[in-house]
Amino acid sequence: MEIGLAHYLVVAAILFTTGVLGLFLNRKNVIIIMMSLELMLLAVNINLVAFSAYLQDMVGQVFTMFVLTVAAAEAAIGLAIVVIFFRNRGTIAVEEISQMKG
Amino acid sequence: MIVQALVFYMFAAIAVAGGVMVISARNPVHSVLFLILVFFNAAGLFLLLGAEFLAMVLVVVYVGAVAVLFLFVVMMLDINYLKLREGFLQYLPTGALVGLVLLVELGLVLGSWVFAPEAPAQLAAPTPADLTNTEALGQIVYTQYVYLFQAAGLILLVAMVGTILLTLRARDGVRRQNISRQISRTREESVEIRKVPTRGGI
Repeated sequence: MEIGLAHYLVVAAILFTTGVLGLFLNRKNVIIIMMSLELMLLAVNINLVAFSAYLQDMVGQVFTMFVLTVAAAEAAIGLAIVVIFFRNRGTIAVEEISQMKG
Repeated sequence: MIVQALVFYMFAAIAVAGGVMVISARNPVHSVLFLILVFFNAAGLFLLLGAEFLAMVLVVVYVGAVAVLFLFVVMMLDINYLKLREGFLQYLPTGALVGLVLLVELGLVLGSWVFAPEAPAQLAAPTPADLTNTEALGQIVYTQYVYLFQAAGLILLVAMVGTILLTLRARDGVRRQNISRQISRTREESVEIRKVPTRGGI
């Protein structure tokens, strides 16, 4: 019962699919959509770290660090936009967010 | 070995179950809490893979900062979340179809891929055998990838400035202490001497 690279890749694939499914199911709630994005990024990180561990190459972990950085920045800015949108319009339903259409 | 396998299956199962709960929980606060559970179990998976530093970063940065930020926003906004869930079942067939297709595609990739024969000889930064994970990571982050590291810092700085700029608002009618005005007052403009006549008043 050796745990190999494939096991981790399967977990990451399932988590990624869960994230995509979350995007579809919660089409109206921006906050849950952003959580689904976090799940997908986490799945990518698991892939990177698994390959890094099994190839004995540190670069995968360095890239994981950068992915974490970008994900944190994205979450902060996204939540800030949600907050000011809620302040202006009183809702966060996605279909209402059409102000920026030309 | 058997212990390692059991621990792996435990972390993996809880992470996947938590992920499913994140997208299906009725209450967004529960979603955030399940997201925290997923992050903890992913950190466990990272530990099993020998990436201790990233596991700790995941716990500290993700659970400690990002997930708590989500929690703040969910609790701060006064929204009828049940109304936002309308259409959940309506989107389920499309979502399930896309998810199934994606999963099958990923399964096909997973079932048939192999390492390129020349790949193990082309490592960019082989893991040093005699260093801990954190030390090894530090040795290449601060040398080989120092520009990327600085760029990551810049991205965080820009995100911080942008977030503050977006959410900061100047409120009217709030009285604040203006120190420079206070100390630049002169005697002439703040004190007035009046001669008050008897029984006259001012």
